[in-house]
Formats: sequence, structure tokens, C-alpha cells
Amino acid sequence: MANMEVAKFEEILGSKAKNFKSIDVQKALDVEVDAGNLAIYDPNMLDLASKNTEESLKAVTRDNVQLLLNRLWELPVERRENVIIVKLPEPTTKLPREKAVPKEKPLTKWQQYAKLKGIKNTKKGRMLWDPEAKEWRPRWGYNRINSEKEKWAIEVKEGADAFEDPFAKLKKEKQERVAKNELQRLRNFARARKMKVSTDGPASSAPAKDEILKSLAVTRRSDASMGKFSETLPKEAKNKFSGRKRKFEQNNVSAAQEKQRHLDIISKLESGQAVLDVQKATNAVMNAEDQARANETHDSKDMKKRKTAGKSGKKGQFGKAVKMGKGKTGKGKMGKGRVGKGKMGKGQMGKGQMRKRK
Amino acid sequence: MGLQRIVQPKTQRGKRALEHKEPKIHENIKTSLLLKGGNTSLLVTQVLKELFRNSVFIVIHESFFVFSRKNITRPFEDQNSLEFFSTKADASLFAFGCHSKKRPNNLIIGRMFDGHVLDMVEFGIEKFVSMLEFKGEKCVFGVKPCLVFSGQAFEQDSEYQRIRNLFTDFFKGPVVDNVRLAGLEHVISVTASGRKFYIRNYRILLKKSGSRTPRVELEDMGPSLDLVMRRTKLASDDLFRRALKQPKTAKPRKIKNISHDAFGSKLGRIHMTKQDLSKLQTRKMKGLKKRPFESSGEAAETSGTETTSPVAKKAKQTAT
Repeated sequence: MANMEVAKFEEILGSKAKNFKSIDVQKALDVEVDAGNLAIYDPNMLDLASKNTEESLKAVTRDNVQLLLNRLWELPVERRENVIIVKLPEPTTKLPREKAVPKEKPLTKWQQYAKLKGIKNTKKGRMLWDPEAKEWRPRWGYNRINSEKEKWAIEVKEGADAFEDPFAKLKKEKQERVAKNELQRLRNFARARKMKVSTDGPASSAPAKDEILKSLAVTRRSDASMGKFSETLPKEAKNKFSGRKRKFEQNNVSAAQEKQRHLDIISKLESGQAVLDVQKATNAVMNAEDQARANETHDSKDMKKRKTAGKSGKKGQFGKAVKMGKGKTGKGKMGKGRVGKGKMGKGQMGKGQMRKRK
Repeated sequence: MGLQRIVQPKTQRGKRALEHKEPKIHENIKTSLLLKGGNTSLLVTQVLKELFRNSVFIVIHESFFVFSRKNITRPFEDQNSLEFFSTKADASLFAFGCHSKKRPNNLIIGRMFDGHVLDMVEFGIEKFVSMLEFKGEKCVFGVKPCLVFSGQAFEQDSEYQRIRNLFTDFFKGPVVDNVRLAGLEHVISVTASGRKFYIRNYRILLKKSGSRTPRVELEDMGPSLDLVMRRTKLASDDLFRRALKQPKTAKPRKIKNISHDAFGSKLGRIHMTKQDLSKLQTRKMKGLKKRPFESSGEAAETSGTETTSPVAKKAKQTAT
């Protein structure tokens, strides 16, 4: 009895093992597996011409997925919260980035100086103990300690102007500090973009000078006399934007001159050669060339040249111009020869002067 | 990398939003822009919805911008409006569907680099079977799909290789370190044959195989698409190489003296100084016990060894 039962059991087991389909897949060419992306690349030839495309697609995909999973099941396994997890390797398929590699942030003037001198910031805590309020308060920001806003009385120091409004003075000082900081920020910004930095403005550039000359020329003409009486400075160079006055030949000339003029005209006519207007001629030629080029590009578009179309017109795409706010740029080179154009920033310069005085 | 702007953001939230958009060393997940053209057929709209909005795709990318308005633009003629949308929505992948007499059921798939179109491929939809037409279970949301690319052309033709790369970019989903084996249940298969691309979506069924690795069976899930390649506008090799460039810091730094063997166990190499065996604690026996008169001599000896020990310690620290 027992023997028979064992035999039956083995029979069932054996038949079941046979029932399982194989996990082996044969391919003519090796497939490439990118386990990091869960991707598989199969270079083998396909036979889709047969009747049942749908079935053959499914069969090919099944084989490939089987190969992929066979590879994944070989990876080191980890058990986390009763879930079996595999650690994927780095993806091998190289995909393009979304944006260009970030450039390193340029150092500010202060950071440069600190680096040179080896100055390192000491970390300060955010909260400070306020003995008056008997509580911890932030060093800066909302509800900060020693805020100007909270001062309800200010002591007038000896020798100070008793009639000056100390509150207004404090406010003004703060405004100035903020403005100075903003100016320094703009100068750092301009320097990072290699713009010309003047000592008293945030940034200046060559076009700004032209802008001034243009507006100067316009203002000079903007009076009732069309600028007939507006004066120029002594030794002032001629403004290139002031326009050109048309000049005509005199009408009443001597008889001899008049005769010569008429003779010139007649001789020109008699020569029989056409008068060549060089400017007009060159313009005509250039126009014709432009037209031809425009027609050419239009034709090529119609012809659907796939590859050439894909590669043309890509050249200048990434040449971006740096735009700065028009109104924010400093004007002119007014402060070119000033004292403050030293190597150090404005603040540092002040310190240097103080040291000299001592 | 910090904000380098002449006009600074006024609120913290605005600042954060701008920082999110900035180029980074470790980039955000690529998001997609789905656009309808000036004239769109029902079929194209459905493809846009299913191929990119159904369970298959919506989860792959963090957010989707489905512009329900008509956008009268032709990406192959003028890319400006597309580039504008892309920078505005901070989405570097796009799919554009339109329909015309000349190009019926048109689908344009592309990607951006640095705010400009990098690759762009135009397909005509020849056959489309909606996922609603397939009976049976669909995949769970948030499943990272397996990608299968088959066909000779993908290996031989550089144009097809680029298209394969584009499809991988579109469909791969986020880069993950770990994956749950039982959770692998979705396959996207792209097959190239001639100028045709067959896109199929299947559900994976894991069956017993008698061994540890399961036997794979597939079940149609939809959507199924037959695409015909029309126009392409692929980046020049030079530009593409530039787009592939990875920052130095993005590469993981090589860790010294630590290795992993084939079984996944961690091996470390430690450098140590010679062990002082005289201090080794052996079995305690009454006979070997130190006696008071011996201990004074011992003490002198130990102090002598101690002077050398800090040096040894230092060496040990530097070695590890």
C-alpha cells in the first residue's frame, strides 16, 4: 500500500515539473540589457511579414522580458518589511540632460577678499537672549532683537544737535545701508558677467554713451527755434547724432560758372554713356541675392530633405545674449578717474584711508 | 547654484520656484508637455490621453501639463512657441498631436535641452487600439515599466538609435535604486520594422517555472499603436554630445578599500599596526596572577609601552 502511494506521489510531481514551461530563451545575437532602466535592446532580425503580426510581436516581447527578468533575478536580493527588493545597478543608457551643466557661482568681491585673507565665517546662533523682554528672540528678521521699530525714546548724546529728529536719522541710515547693499549686489552681478564696472554706478557699457549723446541731440533741438539758439560747450566735439543739414548749390552764380555747368551737362549727354549710381547698383545686386537665397530655402523645405533639414539651422541656437534691465545700467563713464577705483571695494577703501590718517 | 538675477524674487515661495527651475547637478525628473495642435482628430487626442495620461504614463513624470487649448503652431516650421511653453512649464519632454489633410493623425514627440529643441520626431498614427477595448486588469498606478526595444534598425541606423534613446527618455520613469520584484508588471515594447514602429503595452504575469526565476507570460493591456515615421529633426552629434555631458560631481566618488563580492557581501580592507601580544588577555589562572611586588616593576614597563602607543593609535587612525 505505502509503496503504491509513494509511486503515485512521484508521478504527480514528475508530471507537474514537466508541465512548467522553460525559462530559457535562445537568441541568434546577444541582447543588451540595461538593468538600471529595466530596459532590454534586442538586435535580432524580426519576421513580421507573416500573417499574425500581433502574435509574433507578443512572442518576441515575451522572450525579451524573460531574458530581462532572468537577469534581474540574478541581482542581489534584500528583504525589507516582507517585500523582496533587488538593488538595481546604474543605468547604462546615456540620456541627455534637461539643462546644461550648472556653472560655478562666481565669488562676490567680499568672498574674494575673504578667501585671499583667509577669513572664515563663524557660525552665529539664530536666537539671542533678550534680558529686557526676558525671552529668546531672533538675531534678524521678524520680531528681532534691538529693532529700531521698538525704540520709543532715544537719548540725545552730548554735543549732538538737540533739534534733529533721531528717529528720522535712524530710518535714513537704515535706508542708506539697504541701498548700499543693493548697489554692491548689482556690481557683483555686473562683474560676474564681465561688464564694465564704474565706481559710482552699478554697471556701464558702451551703448549707454550713445544713448546719452542721442538724447542730448534731441533735447538741443527741442525748443521753439528748433535748436537755433541752443549753445554748445567750448571745445565740445560735434555730436554724431545731431543730424546732417542738406546743402544746395548756390542759385545766383557768375555767368562763367553757369556756362560751365550747362556745358558739363551737355558733354555728359553727348558721351552716350549711362551714369552709374554705384550705391543704387550695389543695392540692386544685394537685393537680387537675398531674393535668390530666400527662394532656395523655400524650395529645400518643400523637398523634404530629412537629414539636411535636421542639421541645418542649429548653429546659432545657443548663443544667448545676456540681458540686463535697461534702466538699471549705470550711464556713462562719469567716474572714470575717481579715487575710489582702487582694487578693493568701497568699504575697504574707507578702512584704508582711516589707517592712513592714523 | 544660487540665483544670479538682476531682479530678485520678492517672496520665498517665488525664490524656491525659481531655484527648482535652475540647472542642477542632480536634475529633476523630466516632465512632459502635452499639446494639442490647431486641428486635432479625436484619435490623436485619445492617443495623447492614453499614451501619456493613463496609468502607464501619468505616474512616470511628476506632473503633466495637458494644454486643453488649441495651439496653432507647427513644431517643424517654428519652434519658438514650443520652447516658450517648455521653459514656462519647466518641462523638457513634449508630445504634440495634430491632424491635417496632408499629415493625418500626426504625433510629434521630442525633447528639449537648455530650453531648445534637441530631438523631434514626427509620426503618423496608422492604427490605434484604446486600452478601454482590452478586457482584463490594467496595471497599478506608479509602476516603473520594463522597456523592450527590438528590431535590427535600432542597432544599425544612427537615426533609429537616437529615436530609441528618445523613447527610453520618455517612457523610463524615475531612476530608482531598488525595485520590488513582484511589482514588475508592465512592459512597453517598441518594435521597429522598416519605417514602422509598433508600440505595445503588456501586463506581466509571473508563473511558476520549477526554479527560482519565474516564467513570464504576457497579457495585452493597451494602448497599442502602429506608427509611421514622417519627419525628423535630430540634434547634431556635437550638440548631442554636449547634452550628454555630466558634471564631475554627479559621478559617485570612488570609495577606497571597500569592495563587494559576487554574493553581494561587503568587504573592507583595514590597515593596522602590529598587535601588542604581551597585553593579550589569556585564560586566567591562579598561578599566573600578578603579585604586589611584581606589579611595581610591571607598572614601569607598561608606562614605557604607553609612550609608544599614541603613535601607533595615530597610525591606525590614518590607515582606516
